[in-house]
Amino acid sequence: MQVVLAVVIGVLFSSGIYMMLRRNLLKLLIGLGLLSHSINLLIFASARLMRGRPPIVDTEGISTSGYADPLPQALILTAIVISFGVTAFAVGLAHRTHKLVGADDLDRISETERL
Amino acid sequence: MTDLLLVFPVLVPMLTAVLALLAYRSLHGQRTVSMVGAALVFAADIALLIEVVRNGIAATRIGNWPAPYGITFVADEFSALMLALTGLIGFAVALYSLAGIERESEAFGYHPVYHFLLMGVSGAFLTGDLFNLYVWFEVMLVASFVLMALGGERRQMQGAIKYVALNLISSILFLAAVGILYGMAGTLNMADLASKFSVSDSEYSRSVLRTTSMLFIVAFGIKAAAFPLFFWLPASYHLPAPAVSALFAGLLTKVGVYALIRVFTLIFVQDTGYTHTVILVIAGLTMATGVLGAVSQNEFRRILSFHIVSQIGYMIMGLGLFTPLGLAASVFYIAHHIIVKTNLFLVSGAVERIGHSSDLKVLGGLYRARPELSMLFLVPALSLAGLPPLSGFFAKLGLVKAGLIQEQYLIVGVALAVSLLTLFSMMKIWNEAFWKAKPERAGMLAYSDVHLRYQLTPIGLLAAVTLSIGILAGPVFGFAERAGNQLFQPADYIRVVLGGVR
Repeated sequence: MQVVLAVVIGVLFSSGIYMMLRRNLLKLLIGLGLLSHSINLLIFASARLMRGRPPIVDTEGISTSGYADPLPQALILTAIVISFGVTAFAVGLAHRTHKLVGADDLDRISETERL
Repeated sequence: MTDLLLVFPVLVPMLTAVLALLAYRSLHGQRTVSMVGAALVFAADIALLIEVVRNGIAATRIGNWPAPYGITFVADEFSALMLALTGLIGFAVALYSLAGIERESEAFGYHPVYHFLLMGVSGAFLTGDLFNLYVWFEVMLVASFVLMALGGERRQMQGAIKYVALNLISSILFLAAVGILYGMAGTLNMADLASKFSVSDSEYSRSVLRTTSMLFIVAFGIKAAAFPLFFWLPASYHLPAPAVSALFAGLLTKVGVYALIRVFTLIFVQDTGYTHTVILVIAGLTMATGVLGAVSQNEFRRILSFHIVSQIGYMIMGLGLFTPLGLAASVFYIAHHIIVKTNLFLVSGAVERIGHSSDLKVLGGLYRARPELSMLFLVPALSLAGLPPLSGFFAKLGLVKAGLIQEQYLIVGVALAVSLLTLFSMMKIWNEAFWKAKPERAGMLAYSDVHLRYQLTPIGLLAAVTLSIGILAGPVFGFAERAGNQLFQPADYIRVVLGGVR
């Protein structure tokens, strides 16, 4: 299962990078989305994959055998909410840019503003 | 009381922003709330600084969860100093905004967003937890996205796209590094991470630590605009309203530098021969490319933007040297730079207001038209170049001394050469915009006769602070040295965080 998850993370990450390298504005946004999904899964995997274990520790403290770590899931939840908000903003910005500039090609968007 | 002092820098901007939102329909109400809020934050930050100087590192546990599990807010002297500077800049730019922002943008929610940005910056300086740092980064970024795009001009959108995309990538890399660290150590509390990594080197794989540290360098390097990840900054910082540029120039990249220094003095200190050498090389290249970019520009704010990049190099040079003196010089440099750079951008805004342009070819003769503004430009400009007795001289002196002690002659040479080029490009602005006669061409607007009351007050205030840092360089550097020592020997920091309330 770990191997499958690792492959999924890798594929998501690389396709995210690939999408971002395209010149299309919309693909840039899709790429950002894919990247953040892959990172969420990475955090999930960093907690070690556990099945059917309680997310509770006994009174002694952390028991090493059989305890599903709930913290990464809380982190992922936070990260999902943040990336939702940020993506919404980015889509709005892209829409506005498209309306103003009349192009969705990143090269043409930056044409008038060269260093 | 200490607990309250530690949350005020976050709480007050939040309440201010909410109140400003409630007063959305009345511009006058928003302005009043904004000014009062900015003054209160400044006061709270100063109070925290005094408390930390008197009684040492302060920490509080949010929600009273014990240290490695809950989120801790910590303020050592470095954090407290950064917060005080945030308060100062927040106040000065808020004052400037009363006249420096177009009325439409201002009514469109400038004030609430401004205070949300201050909240994010303060939170990033205070938190003792890596994931929490990510959250504050996002708060700060989203607010900065809105400010960057406010006004909605075509050019602004082009800059905003680059700014947003690059910063989001940096956040994603940061989050990846956080995830890997959690997988290794099972904690994200920075003090806890520090104590875990420093004790045993057998338990954690060195190569994974090294890889993670590089992820942090890239993530924070993008935010701090270090070489070779800086290109989003000069492409976007000259586009928003001058007040917004000034705020960004003063605070945002410095949050990245702060995070670099925090992480590379606390967590990644097992492998300094590798990591800190990388940082030192980046520092040298950042200085050189930034200043060369600046020399080739002909637009007021673009020159200044490239100089931000160049100055970031100096700030992380002290970290790369990794001695108490080097860190102290970095701390001093950051303090000096925040004030000076914000002030230069504020001056550029005033110049733009008078001359209707920031193109150096169009400007000229400002010394005759506005001698007081010209003098106020010279103070931060010469300080940036490092002329005594201004603050920049002592900042560079500290860095050069630290470099010579470490026998890093190459980086010292680069720093001195870049300093000379900085002087050159400041003189270029002086000659072109202030000294030469105003070029006479058809269709050019005459200088407007506006009152600069709201602009000159904050500019004068920041210039006065620059001068006093220069004159009081001894005590201020003494403070920076103590902050540098605290950074170099984080035992106290770890003890205060993990040992609970002192």
